Amino acid sequence: MWQALREELHPAGLEVVTIALDLRGVETAGRWIEAAEPGHPSLIDRAHVVDELFGIVNVPSGVWIDEAGTIVRPAEPAFPGRPAFRDAPLPADLDPYLAEVLTEARRIRIEPERYVAALRDWVAHGAASQYALAPDEVLRRSGARGGDRSRAAAHFELAQHLWREGREAEALPHFRAARRLQPDNWTYKRQAWVLASRFQAPTDALEGDWLSDVRAIGAENYYPRLEM
Amino acid sequence: MILTEPRVRRDEFTARTGWRFEPEGACRGDLCVPLPEPPGQTLDAEVLAERLGMPLVRDEAAGLWCLGPESLGRVIQTAEAPDLRLPDWRGEPFALSSLRGSKVLLLAWASW
Repeated sequence: MWQALREELHPAGLEVVTIALDLRGVETAGRWIEAAEPGHPSLIDRAHVVDELFGIVNVPSGVWIDEAGTIVRPAEPAFPGRPAFRDAPLPADLDPYLAEVLTEARRIRIEPERYVAALRDWVAHGAASQYALAPDEVLRRSGARGGDRSRAAAHFELAQHLWREGREAEALPHFRAARRLQPDNWTYKRQAWVLASRFQAPTDALEGDWLSDVRAIGAENYYPRLEM
Repeated sequence: MILTEPRVRRDEFTARTGWRFEPEGACRGDLCVPLPEPPGQTLDAEVLAERLGMPLVRDEAAGLWCLGPESLGRVIQTAEAPDLRLPDWRGEPFALSSLRGSKVLLLAWASW
């Protein structure tokens, strides 16, 4: 979805770098990348390194970095446009649970128009853009790292390590701990659910599931409103 | 940082966290935190956890520890972007620093 916007803004000095957060790596992300035929760097993060470095708690998230390597906007929801599934009719033979999930997903608030307009403004005006933030504001918006958040990161790293070694049963308590310690980290939760269950549906192996957790907070709160 | 014993290699710790070791203790930027003994090639993870505010999670049955990120301050501690290094989808190494001179939109996504 980003390819067209990248082609538009690349001549003006923007590069897009996509990073697939996925413990299974190319095995699951590869076919999507191949189909997109990206002209930009398309990276694979099998260990969720980016989550910790940039404070990413859901996808898609965008971070802006200027020519000098300074972050001028921290992680925030980033959509280039409306995903096609939001407006297309659901197939009549769709799995009933998946139909319920997609119906809920359509209620999620996204703001592609505001995001893309701000991105274009920054590419055109650089540091003079009202959307390029000062370093102090970048740090403030990235949020506080409290003890629970740090412990959640440690449990999630242990869970991933054990899962990659094929010790799946031993990984599960750490995935559960990460969710309890940082319940608003959808990246942790969704990665765990998708490993343990088709469609991130309820499973005895983990607590919560995508649909129940979204309904608990309300679909309109799934992504924070853009603070432009 | 996954550990098989409650000790961490000094060079690995510095690469992962940015904390370096000086005679004054563990230092990053202008801040130095005293350590109880001069650091060797490996360091006591429990001491680092306690002094630097990092969680040390132990899984006794698995025989593993994980030293997590420090819990002080902000999620992003400096606006200078880290030099992210990851493979691209064809397995070729990529460094974010190779794009200095361009504006970059870093976009995290997932197939799930």
